Amino acid sequence: MAKRYFVPPIPSSEITSEGAYLNRRQFMRAAGLTASTSLMGSLSATAHGAPTGGAELEYSQATDNSQGFYTAEKQTPFDDVTAYCNFYEFGTDKGDPERYAHNMTVDPWSIEVTGAVSKPGKLHLEDLLTGFELEERVYRLRCVEAWSMVVPWVGFSLGDLLKRFEPTGKARFVAFETLYKPSEMRGTRSFTSTIDWPYREGLRMDEAMHPLTLMAVGLYGKTLPNQNGAPVRLVVPWKYGFKSIKSIVRIHVLERQPQTTWEMMQPSEYGFYANVNPQVNHPRWSQATERRLPSTLFRPNRIPTRLFNGYEEQVAELYKGMDLSRDY
Amino acid sequence: MERPVRASVFVLCALPFAWLLYGAVYGGLGPDPGEALMHSTGEWSLRILAMTLLMSPLRVWTGKPWVIKLRRMLGLYAFFYATIHFTLFLQFYTGWAGAALLQELVERPYVSAGFAAWCIMLPLAITSTRGMRRRLGQRWIKLHRQIYVAAIIACIHLLWQARSDIGEALAYLLVFGLLLAWRFRRALKANSRLKPGKV
Repeated sequence: MAKRYFVPPIPSSEITSEGAYLNRRQFMRAAGLTASTSLMGSLSATAHGAPTGGAELEYSQATDNSQGFYTAEKQTPFDDVTAYCNFYEFGTDKGDPERYAHNMTVDPWSIEVTGAVSKPGKLHLEDLLTGFELEERVYRLRCVEAWSMVVPWVGFSLGDLLKRFEPTGKARFVAFETLYKPSEMRGTRSFTSTIDWPYREGLRMDEAMHPLTLMAVGLYGKTLPNQNGAPVRLVVPWKYGFKSIKSIVRIHVLERQPQTTWEMMQPSEYGFYANVNPQVNHPRWSQATERRLPSTLFRPNRIPTRLFNGYEEQVAELYKGMDLSRDY
Repeated sequence: MERPVRASVFVLCALPFAWLLYGAVYGGLGPDPGEALMHSTGEWSLRILAMTLLMSPLRVWTGKPWVIKLRRMLGLYAFFYATIHFTLFLQFYTGWAGAALLQELVERPYVSAGFAAWCIMLPLAITSTRGMRRRLGQRWIKLHRQIYVAAIIACIHLLWQARSDIGEALAYLLVFGLLLAWRFRRALKANSRLKPGKV
Protein backbone atom coordinates (compact mmCIF):
# COMPACT_ATOMS: atom_id res chain seq x y z
CA MET A 1 0.00 0.00 0.00
CA ALA A 2 1.39 3.37 -0.93
CA LYS A 3 2.31 5.82 1.80
CA ARG A 4 -0.10 8.69 1.53
CA TYR A 5 1.82 11.23 3.56
CA PHE A 6 2.62 14.47 1.75
CA VAL A 7 1.41 13.10 -1.55
CA PRO A 8 -2.16 14.02 -2.45
CA PRO A 9 -2.99 17.64 -3.11
CA ILE A 10 -6.67 16.66 -2.76
CA PRO A 11 -7.94 16.73 0.83
CA SER A 12 -9.03 13.23 1.81
CA SER A 13 -12.42 14.55 2.84
CA GLU A 14 -13.11 15.19 -0.81
CA ILE A 15 -12.37 11.63 -1.78
CA THR A 16 -15.14 9.97 0.19
CA SER A 17 -17.79 12.62 0.48
CA GLU A 18 -21.00 11.54 2.12
CA GLY A 19 -22.85 11.92 -1.15
CA ALA A 20 -20.46 9.70 -3.05
CA TYR A 21 -20.62 7.16 -0.28
CA LEU A 22 -24.42 7.05 -0.34
CA ASN A 23 -24.51 6.92 -4.13
CA ARG A 24 -22.11 4.04 -4.23
CA ARG A 25 -24.19 2.09 -1.77
CA GLN A 26 -27.33 2.68 -3.73
CA PHE A 27 -25.52 1.56 -6.84
CA MET A 28 -24.28 -1.58 -5.15
CA ARG A 29 -27.76 -2.43 -3.92
CA ALA A 30 -29.24 -1.79 -7.32
CA ALA A 31 -26.65 -4.04 -8.85
CA GLY A 32 -27.82 -6.72 -6.44
CA LEU A 33 -24.41 -7.79 -5.32
CA THR A 34 -24.39 -10.02 -2.31
CA ALA A 35 -21.74 -10.36 0.34
CA SER A 36 -21.00 -13.97 -0.46
CA THR A 37 -20.16 -13.52 -4.13
CA SER A 38 -17.58 -10.78 -3.78
CA LEU A 39 -16.37 -11.59 -0.31
CA MET A 40 -13.63 -14.13 -0.69
CA GLY A 41 -11.94 -12.48 -3.62
CA SER A 42 -11.41 -9.19 -1.95
CA LEU A 43 -10.43 -10.60 1.41
CA SER A 44 -7.53 -12.36 -0.21
CA ALA A 45 -6.79 -9.18 -2.12
CA THR A 46 -6.47 -7.39 1.21
CA ALA A 47 -4.00 -10.00 2.32
CA HIS A 48 -1.85 -9.08 -0.66
CA GLY A 49 -1.91 -5.42 0.17
CA ALA A 50 -4.53 -4.15 -2.24
CA PRO A 51 -5.56 -0.64 -1.19
CA THR A 52 -8.75 -0.38 0.85
CA GLY A 53 -9.92 -3.64 -0.65
CA GLY A 54 -12.95 -4.58 1.39
CA ALA A 55 -15.93 -6.51 0.09
CA GLU A 56 -19.35 -4.92 0.07
CA LEU A 57 -21.51 -6.19 2.91
CA GLU A 58 -25.23 -6.67 3.06
CA TYR A 59 -26.84 -4.99 6.01
CA SER A 60 -29.68 -2.89 7.27
CA GLN A 61 -29.34 0.60 8.63
CA ALA A 62 -29.77 1.33 12.32
CA THR A 63 -31.52 4.64 12.82
CA ASP A 64 -32.65 4.50 16.42
CA ASN A 65 -31.06 7.60 17.87
CA SER A 66 -32.64 7.04 21.27
CA GLN A 67 -30.68 3.79 21.54
CA GLY A 68 -27.50 5.56 20.49
CA PHE A 69 -27.19 3.40 17.35
CA TYR A 70 -26.90 6.37 15.04
CA THR A 71 -25.40 9.82 15.24
CA ALA A 72 -25.94 12.40 12.54
CA GLU A 73 -22.59 14.06 13.26
CA LYS A 74 -20.23 14.49 10.33
CA GLN A 75 -18.52 11.19 9.63
CA THR A 76 -14.73 10.93 9.57
CA PRO A 77 -13.78 10.10 5.95
CA PHE A 78 -12.92 6.50 5.11
CA ASP A 79 -9.34 7.42 4.22
CA ASP A 80 -8.74 8.95 7.64
CA VAL A 81 -10.38 6.11 9.55
CA THR A 82 -8.08 3.67 7.78
CA ALA A 83 -4.88 5.78 7.81
CA TYR A 84 -4.88 6.91 11.42
CA CYS A 85 -4.94 3.87 13.68
CA ASN A 86 -3.54 2.42 16.83
CA PHE A 87 -2.75 -1.26 16.34
CA TYR A 88 0.49 -1.73 18.23
CA GLU A 89 0.97 -5.22 16.84
CA PHE A 90 2.13 -3.38 13.71
CA GLY A 91 4.00 -0.49 15.36
CA THR A 92 3.32 2.47 17.59
CA ASP A 93 3.14 5.11 14.86
CA LYS A 94 -0.39 5.99 13.73
CA GLY A 95 0.60 5.22 10.13
CA ASP A 96 2.21 1.85 10.92
CA PRO A 97 -1.01 -0.21 10.85
CA GLU A 98 -1.90 1.02 7.35
CA ARG A 99 1.68 0.39 6.24
CA TYR A 100 2.12 -3.11 7.64
CA ALA A 101 -1.22 -4.72 8.55
CA HIS A 102 -1.62 -6.17 5.06
CA ASN A 103 0.84 -8.82 6.21
CA MET A 104 -1.81 -10.28 8.53
CA THR A 105 -3.69 -13.31 7.23
CA VAL A 106 -7.39 -12.79 7.95
CA ASP A 107 -8.81 -15.65 5.93
CA PRO A 108 -9.23 -18.33 7.21
CA TRP A 109 -10.11 -17.01 10.64
CA SER A 110 -11.90 -18.31 13.68
CA ILE A 111 -12.86 -17.16 17.15
CA GLU A 112 -12.73 -19.67 19.95
CA VAL A 113 -15.36 -19.21 22.66
CA THR A 114 -14.55 -20.92 25.96
CA GLY A 115 -15.13 -20.72 29.71
CA ALA A 116 -18.41 -20.34 31.56
CA VAL A 117 -20.62 -21.26 28.61
CA SER A 118 -22.77 -24.35 28.08
CA LYS A 119 -21.78 -24.72 24.46
CA PRO A 120 -18.13 -23.77 23.99
CA GLY A 121 -17.03 -23.74 20.39
CA LYS A 122 -15.69 -21.91 17.41
CA LEU A 123 -17.00 -19.31 15.04
CA HIS A 124 -15.50 -19.19 11.58
CA LEU A 125 -15.18 -16.22 9.27
CA GLU A 126 -18.27 -17.24 7.26
CA ASP A 127 -20.32 -17.51 10.46
CA LEU A 128 -19.33 -13.99 11.43
CA LEU A 129 -20.11 -12.44 8.06
CA THR A 130 -23.27 -14.28 7.16
CA GLY A 131 -24.54 -15.88 10.37
CA PHE A 132 -25.73 -12.68 12.01
CA GLU A 133 -28.07 -9.85 11.09
CA LEU A 134 -25.65 -7.15 10.07
CA GLU A 135 -26.52 -3.58 10.85
CA GLU A 136 -24.83 -0.26 10.15
CA ARG A 137 -24.40 1.86 13.24
CA VAL A 138 -22.73 5.25 13.34
CA TYR A 139 -20.77 5.62 16.57
CA ARG A 140 -18.43 8.18 18.05
CA LEU A 141 -15.02 6.69 18.82
CA ARG A 142 -13.04 8.49 21.53
CA CYS A 143 -9.39 7.51 21.94
CA VAL A 144 -7.73 7.84 25.34
CA GLU A 145 -5.15 10.03 23.53
CA ALA A 146 -7.84 12.73 23.20
CA TRP A 147 -8.73 12.40 19.52
CA SER A 148 -12.06 11.17 18.25
CA MET A 149 -13.81 10.05 15.07
CA VAL A 150 -17.31 9.27 13.87
CA VAL A 151 -17.38 5.90 12.16
CA PRO A 152 -20.15 4.04 10.32
CA TRP A 153 -19.52 0.47 11.50
CA VAL A 154 -21.24 -2.63 10.18
CA GLY A 155 -21.72 -5.44 12.64
CA PHE A 156 -23.95 -7.17 15.16
CA SER A 157 -24.44 -7.02 18.90
CA LEU A 158 -21.92 -8.96 20.96
CA GLY A 159 -24.87 -10.15 23.03
CA ASP A 160 -26.23 -12.06 20.01
CA LEU A 161 -22.92 -13.86 19.69
CA LEU A 162 -22.60 -14.69 23.38
CA LYS A 163 -26.17 -16.02 23.61
CA ARG A 164 -25.34 -18.70 21.04
CA PHE A 165 -22.79 -20.18 23.40
CA GLU A 166 -25.20 -20.03 26.36
CA PRO A 167 -23.33 -18.35 29.20
CA THR A 168 -23.85 -20.18 32.50
CA GLY A 169 -24.88 -18.66 35.82
CA LYS A 170 -21.22 -18.19 36.66
CA ALA A 171 -20.58 -15.89 33.71
CA ARG A 172 -19.73 -12.46 35.11
CA PHE A 173 -16.97 -11.20 32.82
CA VAL A 174 -15.83 -11.65 29.24
CA ALA A 175 -12.17 -11.62 28.19
CA PHE A 176 -10.96 -11.07 24.62
CA GLU A 177 -7.67 -11.72 22.88
CA THR A 178 -6.20 -10.32 19.67
CA LEU A 179 -4.30 -12.49 17.23
CA TYR A 180 -0.64 -12.85 18.26
CA LYS A 181 1.46 -13.89 15.31
CA PRO A 182 4.97 -12.40 15.39
CA SER A 183 5.76 -13.60 11.87
CA GLU A 184 3.03 -11.33 10.50
CA MET A 185 3.04 -8.62 13.17
CA ARG A 186 6.28 -6.67 13.22
CA GLY A 187 5.31 -4.58 16.26
CA THR A 188 5.22 -7.67 18.47
CA ARG A 189 8.87 -8.30 17.59
CA SER A 190 10.06 -4.98 19.08
CA PHE A 191 12.67 -5.49 21.80
CA THR A 192 11.81 -2.26 23.55
CA SER A 193 8.06 -2.81 23.76
CA THR A 194 6.64 -3.24 27.25
CA ILE A 195 3.45 -4.96 26.10
CA ASP A 196 2.87 -8.53 27.21
CA TRP A 197 1.32 -10.04 24.06
CA PRO A 198 -1.27 -11.10 23.10
CA TYR A 199 -3.33 -7.92 23.47
CA ARG A 200 -6.09 -8.54 26.00
CA GLU A 201 -9.30 -6.75 26.86
CA GLY A 202 -12.34 -7.45 28.95
CA LEU A 203 -15.87 -6.38 29.81
CA ARG A 204 -18.28 -7.04 32.61
CA MET A 205 -21.12 -9.33 31.50
CA ASP A 206 -23.76 -6.58 31.59
CA GLU A 207 -21.50 -4.32 29.49
CA ALA A 208 -20.94 -7.16 27.04
CA MET A 209 -24.68 -7.81 26.75
CA HIS A 210 -25.55 -4.12 26.32
CA PRO A 211 -27.19 -3.49 22.93
CA LEU A 212 -24.63 -0.79 22.05
CA THR A 213 -21.71 -3.23 22.32
CA LEU A 214 -20.94 -4.10 18.74
CA MET A 215 -18.95 -6.81 17.02
CA ALA A 216 -17.88 -4.96 13.88
CA VAL A 217 -17.04 -6.78 10.67
CA GLY A 218 -17.03 -3.72 8.46
CA LEU A 219 -16.95 0.04 8.11
CA TYR A 220 -18.35 2.30 5.42
CA GLY A 221 -20.32 -0.64 4.08
CA LYS A 222 -17.31 -2.86 3.40
CA THR A 223 -15.43 -5.53 5.30
CA LEU A 224 -12.89 -4.14 7.78
CA PRO A 225 -9.48 -3.17 6.44
CA ASN A 226 -6.77 -5.12 8.30
CA GLN A 227 -5.52 -2.03 10.13
CA ASN A 228 -8.98 -1.47 11.58
CA GLY A 229 -9.07 -4.93 13.11
CA ALA A 230 -10.12 -7.34 10.38
CA PRO A 231 -11.97 -9.56 10.23
CA VAL A 232 -13.82 -8.86 13.46
CA ARG A 233 -13.37 -6.39 16.28
CA LEU A 234 -15.21 -5.07 19.27
CA VAL A 235 -16.64 -1.54 19.40
CA VAL A 236 -17.68 -0.23 22.81
CA PRO A 237 -18.59 3.37 22.02
CA TRP A 238 -18.85 4.74 25.55
CA LYS A 239 -15.36 3.55 26.50
CA TYR A 240 -11.93 4.71 25.37
CA GLY A 241 -10.86 3.21 22.08
CA PHE A 242 -8.35 0.76 23.52
CA LYS A 243 -11.24 -1.27 24.98
CA SER A 244 -12.45 -1.92 21.43
CA ILE A 245 -10.08 -4.82 20.83
CA LYS A 246 -9.18 -5.68 17.25
CA SER A 247 -8.77 -8.90 15.27
CA ILE A 248 -10.30 -11.13 17.95
CA VAL A 249 -9.31 -14.81 18.07
CA ARG A 250 -10.51 -15.78 21.52
CA ILE A 251 -13.42 -15.00 23.82
CA HIS A 252 -13.28 -16.43 27.31
CA VAL A 253 -16.26 -16.11 29.63
CA LEU A 254 -15.29 -16.17 33.26
CA GLU A 255 -16.28 -15.57 36.87
CA ARG A 256 -13.57 -13.10 37.79
CA GLN A 257 -12.43 -9.83 36.31
CA PRO A 258 -9.76 -10.53 33.70
CA GLN A 259 -6.48 -8.65 33.39
CA THR A 260 -6.27 -6.33 30.43
CA THR A 261 -3.23 -5.20 28.47
CA TRP A 262 -3.10 -1.50 29.33
CA GLU A 263 -4.08 -2.10 32.91
CA MET A 264 -1.27 -4.65 33.29
CA MET A 265 1.21 -2.17 31.86
CA GLN A 266 0.24 0.98 33.70
CA PRO A 267 -2.64 0.53 36.18
CA SER A 268 -2.35 4.11 37.41
CA GLU A 269 -3.15 5.40 33.91
CA TYR A 270 -5.54 2.85 32.41
CA GLY A 271 -8.36 1.28 34.39
CA PHE A 272 -10.44 -1.81 33.61
CA TYR A 273 -13.56 0.24 32.96
CA ALA A 274 -11.98 3.01 30.85
CA ASN A 275 -15.29 4.84 30.50
CA VAL A 276 -14.93 8.11 28.63
CA ASN A 277 -15.05 10.73 31.36
CA PRO A 278 -14.03 14.38 30.97
CA GLN A 279 -13.74 14.74 34.74
CA VAL A 280 -11.12 12.04 35.20
CA ASN A 281 -7.87 13.06 33.56
CA HIS A 282 -5.23 10.72 32.30
CA PRO A 283 -2.27 11.44 34.61
CA ARG A 284 -0.32 12.82 31.66
CA TRP A 285 -3.01 14.79 29.85
CA SER A 286 -6.44 16.29 30.26
CA GLN A 287 -9.52 14.42 29.07
CA ALA A 288 -11.78 17.48 29.17
CA THR A 289 -11.65 18.04 25.42
CA GLU A 290 -10.88 16.06 22.28
CA ARG A 291 -9.73 16.67 18.71
CA ARG A 292 -12.48 15.54 16.36
CA LEU A 293 -10.78 14.22 13.25
CA PRO A 294 -10.11 15.26 10.63
CA SER A 295 -8.74 18.52 11.91
CA THR A 296 -6.70 21.10 10.06
CA LEU A 297 -3.82 23.28 11.11
CA PHE A 298 -5.93 26.37 11.65
CA ARG A 299 -9.07 24.57 12.74
CA PRO A 300 -7.95 22.14 15.43
CA ASN A 301 -11.60 21.09 15.85
CA ARG A 302 -11.30 20.79 19.60
CA ILE A 303 -14.63 19.93 21.20
CA PRO A 304 -15.64 19.20 24.79
CA THR A 305 -15.64 15.53 25.75
CA ARG A 306 -18.92 14.17 27.07
CA LEU A 307 -19.46 11.75 29.93
CA PHE A 308 -19.65 8.18 28.54
CA ASN A 309 -18.78 9.73 25.17
CA GLY A 310 -22.34 11.05 24.93
CA TYR A 311 -24.00 7.68 25.63
CA GLU A 312 -24.88 8.56 29.20
CA GLU A 313 -28.60 8.06 28.64
CA GLN A 314 -27.99 4.51 27.45
CA VAL A 315 -25.28 3.27 29.81
CA ALA A 316 -25.19 5.35 33.02
CA GLU A 317 -27.47 2.77 34.66
CA LEU A 318 -24.69 0.17 34.43
CA TYR A 319 -22.49 2.15 36.78
CA LYS A 320 -25.01 3.27 39.37
CA GLY A 321 -23.40 3.54 42.77
CA MET A 322 -19.88 3.22 41.43
CA ASP A 323 -17.21 5.85 42.02
CA LEU A 324 -15.95 6.40 38.48
CA SER A 325 -12.94 8.39 39.62
CA ARG A 326 -11.76 5.28 41.47
CA ASP A 327 -13.08 2.66 39.03
CA TYR A 328 -11.88 4.57 35.99
CA MET B 1 35.15 23.66 0.93
CA GLU B 2 33.87 25.62 3.86
CA ARG B 3 31.34 27.82 2.09
CA PRO B 4 29.53 25.13 0.09
CA VAL B 5 29.33 22.91 3.18
CA ARG B 6 27.85 25.72 5.23
CA ALA B 7 25.35 26.54 2.52
CA SER B 8 24.32 22.89 2.16
CA VAL B 9 23.90 22.45 5.91
CA PHE B 10 21.74 25.57 5.98
CA VAL B 11 19.50 24.26 3.20
CA LEU B 12 19.37 20.71 4.61
CA CYS B 13 18.23 21.95 8.00
CA ALA B 14 15.50 24.06 6.40
CA LEU B 15 14.16 21.12 4.35
CA PRO B 16 12.14 19.40 7.10
CA PHE B 17 10.42 22.71 7.81
CA ALA B 18 9.66 23.28 4.15
CA TRP B 19 8.38 19.71 3.89
CA LEU B 20 6.10 20.10 6.90
CA LEU B 21 4.86 23.47 5.69
CA TYR B 22 4.00 21.94 2.34
CA GLY B 23 2.17 19.09 4.08
CA ALA B 24 0.31 21.50 6.34
CA VAL B 25 -0.84 23.65 3.44
CA TYR B 26 -1.75 20.82 1.06
CA GLY B 27 -3.25 18.52 3.65
CA GLY B 28 -0.68 15.76 3.38
CA LEU B 29 -0.17 15.37 7.11
CA GLY B 30 -3.10 13.05 7.70
CA PRO B 31 -6.28 13.65 9.65
CA ASP B 32 -4.50 15.05 12.70
CA PRO B 33 -1.94 17.53 11.32
CA GLY B 34 -1.44 19.15 14.73
CA GLU B 35 -0.22 15.92 16.21
CA ALA B 36 1.94 15.13 13.18
CA LEU B 37 3.56 18.57 13.27
CA MET B 38 4.13 18.46 17.04
CA HIS B 39 5.81 15.10 16.74
CA SER B 40 8.03 15.97 13.76
CA THR B 41 9.18 19.39 14.96
CA GLY B 42 10.12 17.94 18.36
CA GLU B 43 12.07 15.16 16.71
CA TRP B 44 13.86 17.50 14.32
CA SER B 45 14.84 19.74 17.18
CA LEU B 46 16.41 16.77 18.97
CA ARG B 47 18.13 15.48 15.83
CA ILE B 48 19.67 18.84 15.01
CA LEU B 49 20.66 19.31 18.63
CA ALA B 50 22.55 16.02 18.41
CA MET B 51 24.26 17.25 15.25
CA THR B 52 25.19 20.47 17.06
CA LEU B 53 26.92 18.45 19.75
CA LEU B 54 28.63 16.37 17.08
CA MET B 55 30.60 19.37 15.74
CA SER B 56 33.26 19.37 18.49
CA PRO B 57 34.22 15.74 18.00
CA LEU B 58 33.99 16.19 14.24
CA ARG B 59 36.51 19.04 14.37
CA VAL B 60 38.94 16.83 16.27
CA TRP B 61 38.43 13.82 14.02
CA THR B 62 38.71 15.73 10.74
CA GLY B 63 41.34 18.18 11.93
CA LYS B 64 39.43 20.96 10.14
CA PRO B 65 38.97 23.91 12.48
CA TRP B 66 36.23 25.53 10.37
CA VAL B 67 33.86 22.65 11.13
CA ILE B 68 33.10 24.30 14.46
CA LYS B 69 31.65 27.28 12.63
CA LEU B 70 28.66 25.09 11.69
CA ARG B 71 27.82 24.69 15.34
CA ARG B 72 26.08 28.01 15.86
CA MET B 73 23.89 27.58 12.81
CA LEU B 74 22.90 24.06 13.88
CA GLY B 75 22.22 25.21 17.43
CA LEU B 76 19.98 27.98 16.17
CA TYR B 77 18.13 25.54 13.95
CA ALA B 78 17.56 23.22 16.93
CA PHE B 79 16.11 26.22 18.77
CA PHE B 80 14.05 27.15 15.71
CA TYR B 81 12.38 23.72 15.60
CA ALA B 82 11.89 23.71 19.38
CA THR B 83 10.20 27.11 19.14
CA ILE B 84 7.83 25.92 16.43
CA HIS B 85 7.16 22.81 18.50
CA PHE B 86 6.27 25.02 21.47
CA THR B 87 4.17 27.38 19.35
CA LEU B 88 2.18 24.42 18.02
CA PHE B 89 1.63 23.26 21.56
CA LEU B 90 0.20 26.68 22.38
CA GLN B 91 -2.05 26.51 19.33
CA PHE B 92 -3.28 22.94 19.64
CA TYR B 93 -3.22 22.21 23.35
CA THR B 94 -3.75 25.47 25.16
CA GLY B 95 -5.50 27.63 22.55
CA TRP B 96 -3.15 30.46 23.57
CA ALA B 97 -4.79 30.65 27.01
CA GLY B 98 -2.31 31.50 29.74
CA ALA B 99 -4.32 29.66 32.37
CA ALA B 100 -4.41 26.48 30.28
CA LEU B 101 -0.66 26.66 29.71
CA LEU B 102 -0.03 27.17 33.41
CA GLN B 103 -2.23 24.20 34.25
CA GLU B 104 -0.40 21.98 31.75
CA LEU B 105 2.97 23.11 33.10
CA VAL B 106 2.01 22.39 36.69
CA GLU B 107 0.10 19.15 36.19
CA ARG B 108 2.15 17.38 33.55
CA PRO B 109 5.81 16.76 34.25
CA TYR B 110 6.65 16.02 30.61
CA VAL B 111 5.26 19.41 29.57
CA SER B 112 7.30 21.11 32.30
CA ALA B 113 10.41 19.26 31.13
CA GLY B 114 9.91 20.29 27.51
CA PHE B 115 9.29 23.88 28.53
CA ALA B 116 12.39 23.86 30.77
CA ALA B 117 14.53 22.64 27.87
CA TRP B 118 13.19 25.43 25.66
CA CYS B 119 13.80 28.02 28.43
CA ILE B 120 17.40 26.89 28.72
CA MET B 121 17.91 27.19 24.97
CA LEU B 122 16.37 30.66 24.76
CA PRO B 123 19.27 32.63 26.36
CA LEU B 124 21.74 30.54 24.37
CA ALA B 125 20.03 31.58 21.15
CA ILE B 126 19.95 35.22 22.23
CA THR B 127 23.66 35.22 23.14
CA SER B 128 24.71 33.37 20.01
CA THR B 129 25.95 36.49 18.22
CA ARG B 130 29.63 37.26 17.86
CA GLY B 131 29.23 40.50 19.80
CA MET B 132 27.60 38.76 22.77
CA ARG B 133 30.27 36.12 22.75
CA ARG B 134 32.99 38.77 22.89
CA ARG B 135 31.23 40.67 25.65
CA LEU B 136 30.57 37.64 27.83
CA GLY B 137 34.02 36.07 27.46
CA GLN B 138 34.53 33.11 29.81
CA ARG B 139 30.97 33.41 31.04
CA TRP B 140 29.74 32.71 27.50
CA ILE B 141 31.40 29.29 27.52
CA LYS B 142 29.91 28.49 30.91
CA LEU B 143 26.46 29.61 29.79
CA HIS B 144 26.57 27.63 26.57
CA ARG B 145 27.54 24.45 28.41
CA GLN B 146 23.91 24.46 29.58
CA ILE B 147 23.08 22.93 26.22
CA TYR B 148 24.01 19.54 27.73
CA VAL B 149 21.38 20.06 30.41
CA ALA B 150 18.82 21.07 27.78
CA ALA B 151 19.62 17.99 25.68
CA ILE B 152 19.19 15.59 28.59
CA ILE B 153 15.95 17.22 29.70
CA ALA B 154 14.65 17.08 26.11
CA CYS B 155 15.35 13.32 26.03
CA ILE B 156 13.50 12.89 29.32
CA HIS B 157 10.65 14.93 27.82
CA LEU B 158 10.42 12.32 25.07
CA LEU B 159 10.92 9.33 27.37
CA TRP B 160 8.12 10.54 29.64
CA GLN B 161 5.65 10.39 26.79
CA ALA B 162 6.40 6.82 25.76
CA ARG B 163 3.34 4.68 26.33
CA SER B 164 4.40 1.18 25.53
CA ASP B 165 7.65 1.39 23.58
CA ILE B 166 10.64 3.31 24.87
CA GLY B 167 12.88 2.38 21.94
CA GLU B 168 12.86 5.79 20.31
CA ALA B 169 13.62 7.72 23.49
CA LEU B 170 16.38 5.25 24.36
CA ALA B 171 17.98 5.74 20.93
CA TYR B 172 18.19 9.50 21.49
CA LEU B 173 19.49 9.02 25.04
CA LEU B 174 22.17 6.71 23.67
CA VAL B 175 23.29 9.24 21.04
CA PHE B 176 23.44 12.09 23.54
CA GLY B 177 25.12 9.78 26.07
CA LEU B 178 27.88 8.94 23.57
CA LEU B 179 28.38 12.62 22.68
CA LEU B 180 28.68 13.54 26.35
CA ALA B 181 30.93 10.56 27.10
CA TRP B 182 33.32 11.69 24.37
CA ARG B 183 33.58 15.11 26.02
CA PHE B 184 33.96 13.64 29.47
CA ARG B 185 36.79 11.38 28.35
CA ARG B 186 38.55 14.27 26.62
CA ALA B 187 38.23 16.46 29.69
CA LEU B 188 39.70 13.69 31.84
CA LYS B 189 42.63 13.31 29.43
CA ALA B 190 43.27 17.04 29.38
CA ASN B 191 43.15 17.02 33.14
CA SER B 192 45.72 14.25 33.47
CA ARG B 193 48.00 16.05 31.03
CA LEU B 194 47.95 19.07 33.31
CA LYS B 195 48.96 16.87 36.25
CA PRO B 196 51.80 14.72 34.92
CA GLY B 197 52.45 13.20 38.36
CA LYS B 198 49.22 11.19 38.03
CA VAL B 199 50.40 9.39 34.84
